[in-house]
Amino acid sequence: MNFQTYLQNHFVCLDGGMGTLLQARGLQSGELPERWNVTHPEEIIAIQQAYFDAGRNVVATNTFGANALKFGAEELERIVMCAVANARTAMQKSNGTQEKFVALDIGPLGKLSKPLGDLDFEDAVSIFAETVRLGVRFGVDLILIETMNDAYETKAAVLAAKEHCDLPILVSNAYGADGKLMTGATPHAMVALLEGLGVTALGANCSLGPKQLRGVAEELLAHASVPVLLKPNAGLPCVKDGCTHFDVAPDEFSEELYALIQKGLRIAGGCCGTTPEYIRALTAKQPECLPLTPKTETVVSSYSHAVTFGDEPVLIGERINPTGKKRFRQALVEGDMDYILNEGVRQADAGVHLLYVNVGLPEIDEPQLLTQAVCELQAVLNLPLQIDTADPVAMERALRRYNGKALVNSVNGKEESMRAVFPLVQKYGGVVIALTLDESGIPDTAEGRVAIAQKILDTAKTYGIDKKNLIFDPLAMTVSADNRSALVTLEALERIGRELGCYTSLGVSNVSFGLPNRDAINGTFFALALERGLSAAILNPHSAEMMRTYLSFCALHGLDENCAHYVEHIGNYTLTATDATQKAEAVSGASDLQHAIIKGFCERAGSLCKALLETVAPLEIVQNEIIPALNTVGQGFEAKTVYLPQLLMSAEAAKSAFEQIKLALPQDSGASRGTVVLATVHGDIHDIGKNIVKLLLENYGFTVIDLGRDVPPEQVVEAAIAHQAPLVGLSALMTTTVPAMEETILLLRKEAPSCRVVVGGAVLTREYADRIGADRYARDAMETVRYAEEVFA
Amino acid sequence: MSPFYDPVLPPLDEGEVLRYAGCKEADRAVLDLLSDCSQEALEAVQKNACYLTLPLEITGDTCNFGLFNLTSRDLAKALSDCEKAVVFAATLGLGLDRLILKYGRLSPARALMLQAIGAERIETYCDLLSLHVSAEEGLFATRRFSPGYGDLPLSAQKTLFAVLQCEKRLGLCLNDSLLMTPTKSVTAIFGLKKAPDCRESKCSHCTKTDCSFRGA
Repeated sequence: MNFQTYLQNHFVCLDGGMGTLLQARGLQSGELPERWNVTHPEEIIAIQQAYFDAGRNVVATNTFGANALKFGAEELERIVMCAVANARTAMQKSNGTQEKFVALDIGPLGKLSKPLGDLDFEDAVSIFAETVRLGVRFGVDLILIETMNDAYETKAAVLAAKEHCDLPILVSNAYGADGKLMTGATPHAMVALLEGLGVTALGANCSLGPKQLRGVAEELLAHASVPVLLKPNAGLPCVKDGCTHFDVAPDEFSEELYALIQKGLRIAGGCCGTTPEYIRALTAKQPECLPLTPKTETVVSSYSHAVTFGDEPVLIGERINPTGKKRFRQALVEGDMDYILNEGVRQADAGVHLLYVNVGLPEIDEPQLLTQAVCELQAVLNLPLQIDTADPVAMERALRRYNGKALVNSVNGKEESMRAVFPLVQKYGGVVIALTLDESGIPDTAEGRVAIAQKILDTAKTYGIDKKNLIFDPLAMTVSADNRSALVTLEALERIGRELGCYTSLGVSNVSFGLPNRDAINGTFFALALERGLSAAILNPHSAEMMRTYLSFCALHGLDENCAHYVEHIGNYTLTATDATQKAEAVSGASDLQHAIIKGFCERAGSLCKALLETVAPLEIVQNEIIPALNTVGQGFEAKTVYLPQLLMSAEAAKSAFEQIKLALPQDSGASRGTVVLATVHGDIHDIGKNIVKLLLENYGFTVIDLGRDVPPEQVVEAAIAHQAPLVGLSALMTTTVPAMEETILLLRKEAPSCRVVVGGAVLTREYADRIGADRYARDAMETVRYAEEVFA
Repeated sequence: MSPFYDPVLPPLDEGEVLRYAGCKEADRAVLDLLSDCSQEALEAVQKNACYLTLPLEITGDTCNFGLFNLTSRDLAKALSDCEKAVVFAATLGLGLDRLILKYGRLSPARALMLQAIGAERIETYCDLLSLHVSAEEGLFATRRFSPGYGDLPLSAQKTLFAVLQCEKRLGLCLNDSLLMTPTKSVTAIFGLKKAPDCRESKCSHCTKTDCSFRGA
């Protein structure tokens, strides 16, 4: 019988710990256990046979750390070959009468994913793929990905398995005492991610005992439609007489697991500290498992948490989107990711649940930019993303790199659209927004739109996409063009909910296109749509009208206990208050702007500058207000009367004033003083110093090409040449990464000899800088600015 | 297996934080920034530490800790006259790294302050751990010594990681340049001796002689 079939109707018993048993047989501390497959096969076979003899259905190969990071290609192949052979031998030798299977065991790579660590996602996929290919070649029955403490690395491993075999994939994560993965994911978020990827079963192992993992197991059981597995440690470790013991005995272990089997657990085994004795009592009981219960919740996730549709209206921030935004388009063309991140953070602070992301512009490389935007947003924000693009290549690349289960924007009733989008959702998971239009356009009746929705549902089914993973957008059209259009949308919205049992979403503000004072009509339309059952809205969270409507609706609909949320937040959206402050700022004088910059009042500097722009020319403000203020602070810093935090706060205030200037100036007319390329060198992940230099250089009118951290020498050279930058700034914090700096300088000398190089960072000194061939050592950010002024003079 | 040590830390030492942030005199705005950042930082911290108390035998420049050896003249000197040695790893977790990454892009002033808060917290944590273990053993702790100090190569990180099982126990990772993530983490060795070291300034061992905060 194959494993998949067996799992449908049976409780499955996995093996237990391997490491502690190997140590008992003489494995030395520091020795790699995977090598024992080759050098001590009889020991491995004996342990695995004991597990089969004890009635376990699945034994995992001794390949936890068998990957290309730890072993060369030849040795890896030999290890996996022997490991599979050992498990097969154990299976044949065992006299157990139960169904028996061999799983390819895959553990984490021991490196952290970018951007917090240095493991590249695609590199991780390739490394896992290598092990999977070998396991499959030598004949395992299933894949067991286990002890993963990072959602992103888990995704890389699952993709590798999916792309290189058709075997069942079991995935088990290591949760901490706080019930989350080390990188922050809740069990619910992991269910969303893993079911999206189509795994066979999912669960938890290691780190804790069965008691401490009970909460995690229950959360998994509450949300998972696929079988749930649990492989706890034999309790918590304690050291007695210099030896490690675990505090849960075999019988107690079995009882804890048995209780969870009564709640739906279908696959169980042990991890660290467990032996064949553990759950022997359980296998003797021959537990029957409960039938699987498919869950119907519509859920998306980020690296940290899941967002469920249907309970409360879900707010999706619409601002990351170039349509009609000159400044945003400019940022995209310049590749200014900080601007995009800032839009994301501001919306998150305004209280949205998801962020909409669209970076489509004709003049840019959309697949590249969309993927970059997704990666950068998910690095600093924990909100799930709604990824919007019409380009299937861009969609595939973004979905692949997305750390969670995304909201996919969008599919529609056209054959071509469904053919392009559904396979991506099938492979990477996701909830899809489905627009109710097709080859013949947007129907002008509710019936027509519901019929398209039904067609999309039926087609999705043929791709194995369940209706819970579709959200319908019945399309808000501008009411100024057709005064019945809002009514049609509202009716379609209600009928999709009632007749098809599906959730709905709207780009609410489309309704007011072409009308004055759009907020007024948007807010009312939003309220009407919510009343008809709207599940999610794409909106501007900085619109007081929309947020007032949302807060009021929740309070009125019994969704806000004691109106607590309303009371806490409504004050932020009082229209009269914002009007008043803006007026007050409009009358304030010029010197106030200088003062705000010197004192580092960021928001105030921005709003004062905006007010000033009504009467003063942009470049005049720069000359007479911003530059004098920066000079005061810069000179203070050099004279040691102003310290680093103050310098930076002023620089940030100046930056927010510059933002207003940029908005007022026609594109490309901001005269740059020259281009500087900045990077933290290869191998170094400390970039605070480089970021400080960047901020200051920008303040002083230089264009900065920021290559980020851990940047290989070739990339620096490439950028210096591509941007014809006369100056490159390199930063390194550690002694160990200074050689990478030297290497970068050497390569620059060779490939871009006219380029000057300024270096800085904690371990550097003037002498050191001279020795590695830099043109200048800068002690701090102001010195870099002064040197840049010299170079560009 | 090494025991964990996860105590409640004393309140933030704001003077130290400002020192790490390079700020000799703080005005109202800086103090506001500090208090704002400390709230955010302290919520993000998920600290944990583990340690092992080991026998110690020094022969020439080689320190033998039973489970492993390290050869370093400076380490041997730092551990001379000690009865035992302690190896430990401590971390503030990934949450703080994430915040620093975020504000590094959006507000370097905040990133600087968070960085400084992290430095103060991890130092305080390590100090507390030294006190705890030395009290457990009824001995006095020497100053901490980490891979990369003096002639102890950074590659000794690998040894400490293996001995303490840092990946598995604390979720620490080493990158290709042997830097740790989470970045606000420390691995170190200290000695336990019968008499306390005479109090000496932390600065006297530091090679950064142009530091504006350098003490006598």
